[in-house]
Amino acid sequence: MNPETGQTVAADQAVGMPQLDFSTFPNQIFWLVVALVAIWLILTRVALPRIGAVLAERRGAITNDIARAEALKLQAEEAGAAYDKALADARAKAQRIIEKTKAEMQEQLDIALQKADAEIAAKTAESERRLAAIRDSASAAVEEVARETARDVLAAFGAKADATTVDAAVASRIKEGAA
Amino acid sequence: MADGSGFNIKPMDQFLVKPLFGGDAVHWYTPTNVTLWMGLAVVAVSLLLVYTTRGRAIIPNRGQSVAELTYGFIYKMVEDVAGRDAVRFFPYIMTLFLFIMFANVLGLIPFAFTPTAHFAVTGVMALAVFISVTALGLILHGTAFLRLFWIDAAPLALRPVLAIIELISYFMRPVSHSIRLAGAMMAGHAVAKVFAGFAGALGVGAVVPIVAMTALYGLELLVALIQAYVFTVLTCVYLKDALHPHH
Amino acid sequence: MEGDLALLGKYIGVGLTTIGMGGAAIGVGNIAGNYLSGALRNPSAAAGQTAFLFIGIAFAEALGIFSFLVALLLMFAV
Repeated sequence: MNPETGQTVAADQAVGMPQLDFSTFPNQIFWLVVALVAIWLILTRVALPRIGAVLAERRGAITNDIARAEALKLQAEEAGAAYDKALADARAKAQRIIEKTKAEMQEQLDIALQKADAEIAAKTAESERRLAAIRDSASAAVEEVARETARDVLAAFGAKADATTVDAAVASRIKEGAA
Repeated sequence: MADGSGFNIKPMDQFLVKPLFGGDAVHWYTPTNVTLWMGLAVVAVSLLLVYTTRGRAIIPNRGQSVAELTYGFIYKMVEDVAGRDAVRFFPYIMTLFLFIMFANVLGLIPFAFTPTAHFAVTGVMALAVFISVTALGLILHGTAFLRLFWIDAAPLALRPVLAIIELISYFMRPVSHSIRLAGAMMAGHAVAKVFAGFAGALGVGAVVPIVAMTALYGLELLVALIQAYVFTVLTCVYLKDALHPHH
Repeated sequence: MEGDLALLGKYIGVGLTTIGMGGAAIGVGNIAGNYLSGALRNPSAAAGQTAFLFIGIAFAEALGIFSFLVALLLMFAV
């Protein structure tokens, strides 16, 4: 360290802290006030209103967007409801058509069934009638055979019997047998 | 030191107020390095808040986002700390915050001058806050403002003692308010200067103080921002006392 | 030689004064640590209390800065 710098160190130390050099205070205070007033003017005249306006505008835009999104959502919900309604209508219509077709088919089926039933009944009646005729003729033949057989048996035994008595007896026996 | 032993470190030289255009006399109107760095702070404020927002975009770009974040940060702080009705003082608090922040941060540039490391500067700001807040409290609440010092929650016998303590602490406010900022700034810059002096004297070993300086600069940046924040928060706290002295 | 003795006393005084900053360091660490433990217990309430954290730190720190200031005054102004 050369003596010269040593000298300046001593000189500076004589000054001490520059913060306590009161001769510079008016200068600092004056320029501080100037700087603060300048910043205050910049802020209140330009910066703060501008930023505040931008922020308010953004808030407004966001609120608008949210409202619009709300409206769109409502519209979408309405469209969804309409779609659901159309779907339900179509379904109901289809149901009706199905029911109608079913009913028609049932009707036709019923008619066909009735026809078939009638035919079957007619055929059954016919068969029964024929069967009855056959049975009647058969039973008449049986009676006849019985009567004759009875007469022949009586004749063979030599017993005398008039025809009406034999007929009545045979008829009663046949009736008993039938019962 | 006077006999030439030890390091040739003059940590306080960076705080010297010097005329910009030569000469020795510092009159109140002389443009000095104080003028230069305060002017740069004003320029930085207009760059941050005016130049970046010139687009007034709904969807902000990077610069505008920073400006809006700063605005929102201080606005919310005033609202939260000082109350809803303190918002009308928002421009003043914003002015203080921006000036202190930029003076602090610009002062970190090597060979820069830090106006906020001077008691003259911080003292004027702290006194301005103190006087205006006290006047505001007296105008708004009259003598009821003095109930700030009369603590109803305390036992009656203790109240006069507490009132004296409260009064003293109230008048200590501007002192601590200004010395905190100036002291923190001065301390950081002086320590940085001392480390830098080590680096100059150690030759190859200068790596160690240079690494330390790098870490210190990170810390100093943090301190510069926090001190600006603290100054404004305390301003808001004092403002709240003036607006609502009954807590 | 007498001047050197005065200088010695001055430097010892400055060194002693800086001890005061240790107290501020303890205070600041206390505040930050308690804030952190509180914030970990109830993280949802932490964000609203950062302003009070910084106010507390500022008050504790101010006293350390006072002692630093006294050291500077002794060193450079006395």
